[in-house]
Amino acid sequence: MAITFDKALGIHEHALEARVKRAEVLANNMANADTPGFKARDLDFQAMMQKAQDNMSGFGMEKTHAGHMDTSAGVGDSDLMYRVPSQPSVDGNTVDTQAEQTRFMRNAMDYQASFQFLNGKFTGLTKALKGE
Amino acid sequence: MSLGSIFDIAGSGMTAQSLRLNTTASNIANAETASSSTETTYRARKPVFSAIQQSMMNPGQQGFGVQAGDDASAGVRVEGIVESNAELQMRYEPHHPAANEDGYVFYPNVNVVEEMADMMSSSRSFQMNVDIMNTAKSMMQRILTLGQQ
Repeated sequence: MAITFDKALGIHEHALEARVKRAEVLANNMANADTPGFKARDLDFQAMMQKAQDNMSGFGMEKTHAGHMDTSAGVGDSDLMYRVPSQPSVDGNTVDTQAEQTRFMRNAMDYQASFQFLNGKFTGLTKALKGE
Repeated sequence: MSLGSIFDIAGSGMTAQSLRLNTTASNIANAETASSSTETTYRARKPVFSAIQQSMMNPGQQGFGVQAGDDASAGVRVEGIVESNAELQMRYEPHHPAANEDGYVFYPNVNVVEEMADMMSSSRSFQMNVDIMNTAKSMMQRILTLGQQ
């Protein structure tokens, strides 16, 4: 039985990747908090995780042609959605700074959690290798 | 891992906000700069922000199934600085050295109250971008400790 990192690390690797991607999107929202007409965006984390899980369970689709769409577990742009604004603004900007900052902080905490899990996997692997 | 691009995004936000603060400072400093003609009078300056589209930055990723403008943009950019077209203040001050033949002096169309509010807004936004950068930094530092005992 060969140790493959894909199997050993489980979903946490994809979760971490998704968290980083989401942090990027949220950071971009906040950088554009004063840009007229900018529409705030976010990632559908659940859909991304579902896609990663489907792929891991072996129901992913194979790419046999260069023109095929990428359905791999990686974070695709199709998961990017526009946020529904809670209140209108004069300049068409839909960024709610406080809400975005809260989401960013929460995302950072979730990132830490995913990281903790991933680190635990590595610790387990190291322990198994050492045989102590 | 694209944590590095968060630094670029937050950095672009900080650059834009500090430029906004710069124009505010310039406007307030010149709020009382009198002049004898409408052409030479200082006019309030405002930066114009726009979002940077990622697809424009790396067009190589544009492939089948990826539509233009479908991806998150990558920060903010200052398109330029525009001068306000609001009416200048004309004051009758015949003893002013810059007064014209009718005794009028022109003062800039700077609204100091508006500028102060703008200043607070930009400093808050700047602070927020610094916060984001700090968080991204700690996220990055954490990833470096991955697998360590």
